[in-house]
Amino acid sequence: MVDLFTGLVVALSTWLFGVEPSAWLAHLIGIIVAILVVTLPLLIAVAMSVYADRKIWAAMQMRRGPNVVGPFGLLQSFADGLKLFLKETIVPAGANKGIFLLAPMITFTLALIGWAVIPWDENMAIANINVGVLYLFAISSLGVYGIIMSGWASNSRYAFLGALRSSAQMVSYEVSIGFIIVTVLLCVGSLNLTDIVNKQKELLELGVPFGFVFTPLFPMFVVFFISALAETNRPPFDLPEAEAELVAGYQVEYSSMAFALFFLGEYANILLMCAMTSLLFFGGWLPPIDWAPLYWIPGPLWLILKICFFFFVFAWVKAAVPRYRYDQLMRLGWKVFLPLSLAWVFLTAGTLVLFDWLPA
Amino acid sequence: MAEVDIKNYSLNFGPQHPAAHGVLRLVLELDGEVVDRADPHIGLLHRGTEKLIEQKTYLQAIPYFDRLDYVAPMNQEHAFALAIEKLLGLEVPERGQYIRVLFAEIGRLLNHLLNLTTHGLDVGALTPILWGFEEREKMMVFYERACGARLHANYFRPGGVHQDLPPDLIQDIYDFLDPFIQSVEDMETMLVENRIFKQRNVDIGLITAEQCLDWGFTGVMLRGSGVPWDLRKSQPYEVYEKLDFDVVVGKHGDCYDRYILRLEEIRQSVRIIKQCIEELPAGPVMSENRKVGPPRRSDMKNSMEALIQHFKLYTEGFKVPEGEVYAAVEAPKGEFGVYLVSDGSNKPYRCKIRAPGYAHLQAMDFLAKGHMLADIPALIGSMDIVFGEVDR
Repeated sequence: MVDLFTGLVVALSTWLFGVEPSAWLAHLIGIIVAILVVTLPLLIAVAMSVYADRKIWAAMQMRRGPNVVGPFGLLQSFADGLKLFLKETIVPAGANKGIFLLAPMITFTLALIGWAVIPWDENMAIANINVGVLYLFAISSLGVYGIIMSGWASNSRYAFLGALRSSAQMVSYEVSIGFIIVTVLLCVGSLNLTDIVNKQKELLELGVPFGFVFTPLFPMFVVFFISALAETNRPPFDLPEAEAELVAGYQVEYSSMAFALFFLGEYANILLMCAMTSLLFFGGWLPPIDWAPLYWIPGPLWLILKICFFFFVFAWVKAAVPRYRYDQLMRLGWKVFLPLSLAWVFLTAGTLVLFDWLPA
Repeated sequence: MAEVDIKNYSLNFGPQHPAAHGVLRLVLELDGEVVDRADPHIGLLHRGTEKLIEQKTYLQAIPYFDRLDYVAPMNQEHAFALAIEKLLGLEVPERGQYIRVLFAEIGRLLNHLLNLTTHGLDVGALTPILWGFEEREKMMVFYERACGARLHANYFRPGGVHQDLPPDLIQDIYDFLDPFIQSVEDMETMLVENRIFKQRNVDIGLITAEQCLDWGFTGVMLRGSGVPWDLRKSQPYEVYEKLDFDVVVGKHGDCYDRYILRLEEIRQSVRIIKQCIEELPAGPVMSENRKVGPPRRSDMKNSMEALIQHFKLYTEGFKVPEGEVYAAVEAPKGEFGVYLVSDGSNKPYRCKIRAPGYAHLQAMDFLAKGHMLADIPALIGSMDIVFGEVDR
């Protein structure tokens, strides 16, 4: 992707000014353009996903949802954003000001930089690094810092409790997410996200629809999706911001843009998790089945469709289920998901070795 | 190493808290997530209702009862009306009694529907409340069509009810019942068998029958623990004797049992309402005793005496013979009682209100002990606390 834009920059500059820019400058501009090309639509997508979330939720509850601002209320998120932007940022008197304001920035930044390694198509990632999965895993783990810092710096009891819950929850579910990723990696033999998707192309050619999801890895997909709900603090695992107990958890003292950053970061994270599910189990940018006309639809569109589908499921779950209690959440993470995913790692590894199917 | 003094984490839960069901302020002592002590603070909604009632004539005092448990207003008026009637020795015409029972049961539906759905909300299920309120709204309209107000009805008067029901309203209520039960059942598919919901409620807030009796619990809280005590059956008032319905009891006395119980009581109430409508006799709805009932409008146009009587009734009110009386009804939340002392004047000398929620709130500490923070909203939800009646 960067190479593509670098080439474009060189071509454009030669055509416009008649001089070929130096290689490093062209590369730098190429990187910036690539980042903008991913991030700007992403930010709009985040705003629209908030709208979509509210609409889906409203439909489940037999309400109309936002329908006043713009046609079908489409501009609601932007109006909300503007409102938050114009509001005063209130920092509580007892708060640690620096950390208090740093925390939402961390959350938001981390939610965005994860997208650097997401491949939108063959050779279409900002950074096609060979440890892509590891990078994503690391970024999503770092996300806990934004929350725990906000909880600590707010100097509020609700926020503190929310932050504690959140960190415990995210750490717990990352363990099983890690093992699930390992099972996929064992089958692929690479940590590169593009390789993971390409491996699923072989499955498509064998007649397996989508990818790893309809293989013996299916239970891992289920566990991964549920863990993704927990990792993004979505219902039924929304304990850190459990309205009925903690009012708004770690967000309780935030207002204005600081709140908006948390909010947007949360949704960007949800979309990232949806993208990860699509890439690991649903064949990323590949069409669902190996049928030539389906390849005419561009790859990024397939990926976006899959992300939309998972986002819908996220919203659906939110409307449908009650919230877990803290100890039940921990029990599910440590006593159900961890043994299950660990067993699956052994099973996968054992099967691959036994039949000598290990990828080269 | 110096000994470290470990302090509990105290959390101020409310009064401005989304799950505090009004203005309950709970001071929680937490050991991590586990609740060590729950100290309910009340009085933030205290309006001095009992004292205010002493300053008003009997008729003027009725609206205060709407404002106690504002979730099911007519049930409170009922107790007050019964108390006055007992002192006066007044008979309520049969149609009036049926209409009272009919609306008392609609009040029960209103209350239980609100409680079931907000209980769901307290444990994190966000959808049922919006489904439930759709139906609740329709019942509010029935209130409005009967008495002109959606909430603060002022409909039950000593001697009967204020006005007769419009004929099409009776049919509309009847037509409403079957779809209503259907939609309640639809709503419950979201929760009753839901694993998370069960995990959040089963064995939470266990109360034994003994504890219930010790602390003076009534209503669903008591029946949930297996005591079949329902004033409608044990001390029938109005026409409950003639109606066919069951008193449902629970087995374990936990939040889940109470939830199921309320659900079942909705079904029983619908049964009662159906019977009321089917058996509704013709006749007056208000006592013909002109001391307590107003004269007819048409009489007032022609008769000087009627006009004077109307004026006297609504300004001076009626005198109630000296004495004291306790009258109680099975309100949706439990036994709602009114203890009335009359000195023979047109105002009550003393009016003590027994609100079920007040008794239930006492259990907060021993129920919450050992449970987790997240169980507190579930507990409050299942106790069915409404601060209008707790603080009075």
